Amino acid sequence: MTELFSLSAREVSDKIKCSEISAEEYVTSVFLKIKEVEDSLNAFVTLTESSALKKAREVDKKLRNGEDVGRLAGVTLAIKDNICTEGVRTTCASKMLESFIPPYNATVVERLLKEDAIILGKTNMDEFAMGSSSENSYFGPTRNPFDLSRVAGGSSGGSAAALAANESALALGSDTGGSVRCPASFCSVVGLKPTYGLVSRYGLIAYANSLEQIGPFAKDVYDCALLLSVIAGHDVKDGTSANVRKEDYTKDLTDDIRGMKIGAPREFFGKGVEEDVVKSVWKGIYSLEDLGASYEEFSLPSMKHALATYYLIAMSEASSNLARYDGVRYGYSEKIDAKDWNKMFSSNRRIGFGPEVRRRIILGTYALSAGYYDKYYLKALQVRTLIKEEFEKAFKKYHVIIGPTMPILPFKIGEKIDNPLSLYMCDALTVPANLVGCPAISIPCGVIHNLPVGMQVIAPFFGESCLFRIGYAFEGVVKK
Amino acid sequence: MKRFDKVNIGLEIHCQLTALKSKLFCGCSANYRGRDPNSLVCPVCLGLPGSLPLLNKRAVKLAIKVALALKSKISERSLFFRKNYYYPDMPKNFQISQYNKSGGIPIAVGGVIGFRVDNEKKFVEILRIQIEEDPARLIYLGSIDTSPYTLVDYNRAGVTLIEIVTKPVLRSPLEAKLFLQKIRSILEHLEVSDGNLEGALRCDANISLARGKRVEVKNISSFKEVERALQFEITRQRNLLAQRRSVTMETRHWDEVKRVTISLRSKEEEHDYRYFPEPDIVPITISKEYIDEVKKTIPELPDERGDRFIKEYCLPSYDVEVLTSEKALADFFERCIALGGDAKKVSNWLMTDFLRWLHEEDLDVAHSRVTPQTLVELIYLIDDKIISGKIAKSVLRTMMKTGKPARAVIEAEGLRRIASKREIERLVDTVIKENPRAAQDAFTDEKAVHFLIGQVMKLSDRRADPTLTNKIMNKKLKMFK
Amino acid sequence: MFMKKSLSEEDIEHIAWLARIELFEKEKQVFTQQFNTIIDYFRAIDGVNTNGVEPTFHVLNLSNVYREDIVEDSMSVKKALINATRKERGYFKASKIV
Repeated sequence: MTELFSLSAREVSDKIKCSEISAEEYVTSVFLKIKEVEDSLNAFVTLTESSALKKAREVDKKLRNGEDVGRLAGVTLAIKDNICTEGVRTTCASKMLESFIPPYNATVVERLLKEDAIILGKTNMDEFAMGSSSENSYFGPTRNPFDLSRVAGGSSGGSAAALAANESALALGSDTGGSVRCPASFCSVVGLKPTYGLVSRYGLIAYANSLEQIGPFAKDVYDCALLLSVIAGHDVKDGTSANVRKEDYTKDLTDDIRGMKIGAPREFFGKGVEEDVVKSVWKGIYSLEDLGASYEEFSLPSMKHALATYYLIAMSEASSNLARYDGVRYGYSEKIDAKDWNKMFSSNRRIGFGPEVRRRIILGTYALSAGYYDKYYLKALQVRTLIKEEFEKAFKKYHVIIGPTMPILPFKIGEKIDNPLSLYMCDALTVPANLVGCPAISIPCGVIHNLPVGMQVIAPFFGESCLFRIGYAFEGVVKK
Repeated sequence: MKRFDKVNIGLEIHCQLTALKSKLFCGCSANYRGRDPNSLVCPVCLGLPGSLPLLNKRAVKLAIKVALALKSKISERSLFFRKNYYYPDMPKNFQISQYNKSGGIPIAVGGVIGFRVDNEKKFVEILRIQIEEDPARLIYLGSIDTSPYTLVDYNRAGVTLIEIVTKPVLRSPLEAKLFLQKIRSILEHLEVSDGNLEGALRCDANISLARGKRVEVKNISSFKEVERALQFEITRQRNLLAQRRSVTMETRHWDEVKRVTISLRSKEEEHDYRYFPEPDIVPITISKEYIDEVKKTIPELPDERGDRFIKEYCLPSYDVEVLTSEKALADFFERCIALGGDAKKVSNWLMTDFLRWLHEEDLDVAHSRVTPQTLVELIYLIDDKIISGKIAKSVLRTMMKTGKPARAVIEAEGLRRIASKREIERLVDTVIKENPRAAQDAFTDEKAVHFLIGQVMKLSDRRADPTLTNKIMNKKLKMFK
Repeated sequence: MFMKKSLSEEDIEHIAWLARIELFEKEKQVFTQQFNTIIDYFRAIDGVNTNGVEPTFHVLNLSNVYREDIVEDSMSVKKALINATRKERGYFKASKIV
């Protein structure tokens, strides 16, 4: 018999709803698994075992009483630690917020609770979502379940690793420049960055507002579609939320991709992309062709500017977003008064933030400062327009764009930590979707030397169902 | 002309839109005065991680109303920008504001305000109008530079401000004061801001003298303080220049307690606000139709009201300027007229004794204990010769202190005019008897007559009817002869 | 073309000051070197022809997203102050201003 902890979300909710298993025994099994692997993985920053078990018993009680339960009744969820949870500390894996307890829930958390999901705890990440390896955590790096000496990817490394190691059925991450897709790829799970504005950002602790979205992680495509269906939809609390009708992405999920046109940009398979990765993804594209899709190679010339553009925008926004951490209202503060407030602020911020966060804040401050705004920030926004237009043009010809998620395989912990730029380069293939605002998914696409490869599928605005369809079809091939 | 005489003053007026019920970006009450510290805050206005701003629709509408009243051009599309700077009153260490550079577009640009100074009409150009959020209130223990630490109350944080920026064309602290009075009156007439509320109208001023550098004075927390702060700063700069020292371009803080300006920032801290578009707020677009709709809600403004006063009540333009300088005063005036008061008489009383006594009691018109009803009654009593004009002044003084109607004051203090022939005769007799010498002189010296009449007035507490006293005195003196 | 001028340690210190981050003595040199490498990389976009290109402020074409002027409940004072390290009589406590 399959162990309970390894069930998919769909299986769990089906079994619980028909009382084949109880939510409590399932959640208990998951926590046993967590206790077994957590010491070596470090996927969680905070675990909420007692409230999770309490919630599980509530679900069981509802079912015993014949009451209606939500779509995610009894399904376990791991939440990235930059998504606010009322009464549960939300640290962003930073010393700055080590003891920050939000007095409110993020909209996505409200939606999960409404569907009777069980929140297990908060997952590890790169501090303030700044990184691609989850090494920049005040609580130590998350390790890759496939190889404990390697990174889990980032910044939502904890969420991806937790799923890969069966520590949860579902997880939430956030994706500013690839932070869902990168760890999904490195840990061989499904991860989606939704269309900008599809999922409410209310309660997501901002890194770069104009780029980021909360995104679902799941063990398979169906679960990913299920989780998105719960969290997506217009939210009045987010002024940048798109006014689109709530959709159930699981409803018409088919594996029929006949007639679908795929664009494969040369830039996604070019310089800096590892040979093994290129081969795996091409293999994936060929199998989609076998299912009735067609593909064509093409070029996205402004892709080469995407990474610089992304980092300039992200760092600039971050420098402003993270200005609020001065230690007065919340966050790390020295207890004894400094000479004056300036001294106090700069001392609190030096101690509260880790080196990568300080680096990005200072670089972002530079990019926005007098005399450089036009040269860097505004210029980046203009280049963003060019990239966006190029993608829009491509989407007139192709239903989706496919390439690798990450140009490389999961690397060793500590390998790139001293060279920030080399780490930034890892995001080259994920950042375009954030700049454009369109959705992108990473789907497991084989394993090389026991290390996972992810295939990235990018669709035009609000093309999530198309991504799920391709993913669903592809999954079928891989399973065979 | 004295050296360093030419002064240029530009103002940035920060006006709270007190007519709004909630804050600019969240549902917390904007009515923060007198509330417990930090009792009107939420994740948004406290700048908690993860919170997002949501724009108050009516704030935009009221800002458009102001812009229309100041003849500014409303932007078809405008954006919010972040103004990044660190300060302990900032919940996020950036202020959501608007900007006119780097691709920023404020809600309105241009405009003009006319006001009267030294009997001449002066026009001040408006550069732009912006919507922005108010920072928190800082509480010092004593003065800002000696307070050992600072306490922060975020109730005010996030309240809607509009910022009105003028060209630096004001020439004196007095001009600045009169100009601000005019703006205040316009805002009151629009019913967007109650200038009487503490801290509802504040301003920053930039001041430069010929050959001097520009100095910005911040934290002028009421219009009353403006004249004082500007005067201090001009004198400070003049003294520096007179000593052949240079004025540093800097930001100074007006310390209301010590009544001096204090240098706030060191040199390394030059302005670098790192403005950039607020990613969490989408653009505002305003259609012509919407502007027309808002236009319809604009009531009569001070200038139009003044013109009407001239036409309807035949008042001189000086009176009109004073009466319309404050909405409450103009309203008071018109209520008096509605109650049958004579326009010129009411105006005279309001402009002189009424305003003087109010000022002395540190009250505003809205809180006056004298009402239009009681003022008009007082004027009636003078018309009916129940009291003299002179007595009326002291009656009004008491009315303003106690709120009693004129008749009650007159009765209580026995101030009714003496118009009885018998009574005056008795007074005159007494005076002549007590001043035989003067009575003697009165045959040859007109001054002695005045003296004797004066004595009657004194004896009667100025209540004796002057005409009658005069008549009787002359008659009695003839008899005395 | 824009002159390639590298940032000095003093420049970095000044920018760090603008960001109210005190630098550790030992990391100043490393940061300076890293910043120059990264900024050099960023300068690649200098060469992109963006004449007449509108900047993308928001990817979705939204405008006029409002809330009505309605008062909602605020948090309790206790809740508001819960995460503050230093507080006094219902106020947050900050350091000396001048």
